[in-house]
Amino acid sequence: MSGIPFFPHAASSVAREVDTIYFIWLSVSAFFTCLIVAMIIYFMVRFKRKSEDQVGVEAHGSAMLEIAWSGIPLLICLAMFAYGTKVFFDISKPPANAVEYFVTGKQWMWKIQHPTGVREINDLHVPVGVPIKLTMTSEDVIHSFFLPPFRVKQDVLPGRYTTVWFRADRVGQYHLFCAEYCGAEHSRMIGTIYVMPVTEYQAWLSGGTPGKPPIQQGQELFATMACNTCHMNGPASRGPDLHGVFGSEVQLASGRAIHADEAYLRESILEPTAKVVSGFEPLMPTYQGQLTEEQLSSLIAYIKSLPKKSEAGQQAVVKPAPVKGGEG
Amino acid sequence: METTLPTAELPERHYLNQGQGIASWLLTKDHKRIAIMYLLGVTFFFLLGGIMAMLIRLELLTPQGDLLEPDTYNRVFTMHGVFMVFFVLLPVVPAILGNFLIPIMIGAKDLAFPKINLLSWYLYMIGGGLTMYAMVRGGVDTGWTFYTPFSSTYSNTHVMATAIGVFINGFSGILTGVNFIVTIHRMRAPGLTWFRLPLFVWGHYATSLIQVLGTPVVAIAIALVGLERLFHLGIFDASRGGDPVLFQHLFWFYSHPAVYIMVLPPMGVISELVAAFSRKPVFGYRIVAYSSIGIAVLGFLVWGHHMFVSGQSVYASVVFSVLTMLVAIPSAIKVFNWSSTLYRGSVSYETPMLYALAFLGLFLIGGLTGVMLATLGFDVYVHDTYFVVAHFHYVMVGGAIVSFLGGLHYWWPKMFGRMYPVFWSKLSALLVFVGFNLTFFPQFIVGYLGMPRRYWQYPAEFQVWNVLSTAGASVLAIGFLLPGCYLLWSLKYGKVAGPNPWGALGLEWTIPSPPPTENFDGVPVVKGEPYDYQTGEEIFGILGKEAHVV
Repeated sequence: MSGIPFFPHAASSVAREVDTIYFIWLSVSAFFTCLIVAMIIYFMVRFKRKSEDQVGVEAHGSAMLEIAWSGIPLLICLAMFAYGTKVFFDISKPPANAVEYFVTGKQWMWKIQHPTGVREINDLHVPVGVPIKLTMTSEDVIHSFFLPPFRVKQDVLPGRYTTVWFRADRVGQYHLFCAEYCGAEHSRMIGTIYVMPVTEYQAWLSGGTPGKPPIQQGQELFATMACNTCHMNGPASRGPDLHGVFGSEVQLASGRAIHADEAYLRESILEPTAKVVSGFEPLMPTYQGQLTEEQLSSLIAYIKSLPKKSEAGQQAVVKPAPVKGGEG
Repeated sequence: METTLPTAELPERHYLNQGQGIASWLLTKDHKRIAIMYLLGVTFFFLLGGIMAMLIRLELLTPQGDLLEPDTYNRVFTMHGVFMVFFVLLPVVPAILGNFLIPIMIGAKDLAFPKINLLSWYLYMIGGGLTMYAMVRGGVDTGWTFYTPFSSTYSNTHVMATAIGVFINGFSGILTGVNFIVTIHRMRAPGLTWFRLPLFVWGHYATSLIQVLGTPVVAIAIALVGLERLFHLGIFDASRGGDPVLFQHLFWFYSHPAVYIMVLPPMGVISELVAAFSRKPVFGYRIVAYSSIGIAVLGFLVWGHHMFVSGQSVYASVVFSVLTMLVAIPSAIKVFNWSSTLYRGSVSYETPMLYALAFLGLFLIGGLTGVMLATLGFDVYVHDTYFVVAHFHYVMVGGAIVSFLGGLHYWWPKMFGRMYPVFWSKLSALLVFVGFNLTFFPQFIVGYLGMPRRYWQYPAEFQVWNVLSTAGASVLAIGFLLPGCYLLWSLKYGKVAGPNPWGALGLEWTIPSPPPTENFDGVPVVKGEPYDYQTGEEIFGILGKEAHVV
């Protein structure tokens, strides 16, 4: 029995910052509530009507008071706005060294893939102290990945990637929720976050259901979907070489240059004619409907892993993680 | 101030008995009768929405989903939201109190377009009827927010019928808004300048602007959902290149200002009540009037604060956050001005005043939690949790419903000529205030603990707060049902009120209760500031009957 819960566990430094905002606002609110309630009660008693035909004393307002009670709340609001925005930027920007997981939401489950390829459903095992970035998409409606101990959530959208990140600093088990109403079983789209010591996490990984790492899976898809026939075929390729494309500036046929991020790669697979690279014909067929969201994530992970041509003298550096046990 | 003699009698001819039979009501062009018809409609939908609310609270009494099926639960909370927002909160003050009082308060015989006013009521009832048809055919499960692509592609419930119902009801609001704007511009009595208008009228003017400018946008959004469902256009469907988040922008562009449609008229009611029961002018009259317009304008620029975690640009969120902080200031100004109005007043504790004080307490908490939610880093955590549910109930129920009850108790003797029992009405005000806080305050706590909204079942550690909330809802239900009983009783057995039972100052208190169909005997003139209790009823006169007119 832990008694009546008043306050949620905090398991990251961001969570404690959010709690600080909460406490400041609670104090400000308590102050103004007491002030106004005390004022009203005092006036009610002090100026209670004495006789049936008594009227009030005219008082038409006071510029000084109006300025004070608009100015002071305004200053408090702006200060809190600044603090809240600072925390929001912390929440929005994952550190560069964050480890990337893929999350796919569908009615009504969360499918999570670790960098080693281990998959799990509705549970999220993470090592303590390591910044973790979740790249998320949905197969159907809008969901929202909600991690209460870290005070973060992010809507998960069909047809787009969104990200959320956290660095757990307290080992434990916490709730994981879907926060955006998504249909009949919305309240069952929940699970558990397991924050574990790093060694325990490693042990869990090796005992977990083995899958192929996303990069390797993507590499295989790259061959089976015949991407390589156009994109990795030497100088005579019908499609642009993809080595080092991720993060680079791509010159488009329209004359525009675009920064190649996940969204661009995704669009170019699903809707190849939307942004055609300068010097190439719009020949590529669409892969809309031929790839699951998870396959798409793997394919993008593979393309991201392709090094720049100059460094790629030998081979793309893809080392499959040690796979335990056989298939099926 | 004159007080009513116990022997007072109802006037022989008044709007309620000028014309008998159902047709004289259904074809009436009298704004007062239309207001009474709205009162019946809104009460009916409030009962429906209230039954849904009780089902929700009963289901959430235990962590397991044991009373309803999840599909049923989702329909119940959706219908609760749809009925309460579109058919209760939006029309409750403007269509009932506004309709009844605006012409009288400005010294007119009716609204500018009486037939359009009747049309508004029919559109409201047709919209409500269609939505009820959707309900009895099996309901709709999208949530009152109709988020795509769930509503446009995935839901197999009666989205179309509900959407058409809400769409038609939107025109009712637009027409009422146009009617009020024209009436307030064109039909004020001689001498009634803009800054002599009661603040009730200012609140309705601001609200009408929002209704006319905002409602078409939600109508477009709903129409697009309908077209998407029928023809699979791909506007919101990502697999066809559409953008599901676009819907949220269109929806909230209207639905956030709609919150101000729901609270600006109530703010007008509170200004009237505070002035009448302190018997002095509202402190800072002009600032309170301007702040209504300020809220209406700024209210259009803050919709993105519903979308901080939707995937919209981080920088857009920053702009929406700071604008939301700004829109809180006019509301804060109003609260300070109302409280200061009591200073050196002649304060009495009648039932309407108790409701006004309940409003101040609840709106204060609703407003303060509102600026909390505008704080970016904080909102990311509590968005879509019970914290938000508690917040908007404090603003919308604590604001619109509680102030409506205050206004209804204040103007009831004007509407029907009779008083209700004092004890029971004060008890109802107390029950509403206590029950409301017991229902919704625990939801702030369970929300900050992380309980998401729209959950049919939930982790066991949240139960204690949900039990409190359900207990509060039972008290609140009694608080809401009581006025239904004693107000009906008063229609026949209540003491005759006389023209001005409160000793209040305003054009509506210069005419008989209930008023005659044409409201005024002659053309009233206004010669002074509103709420000028020092001068008293001298500030009003009748055109032609007085030597000097200002």
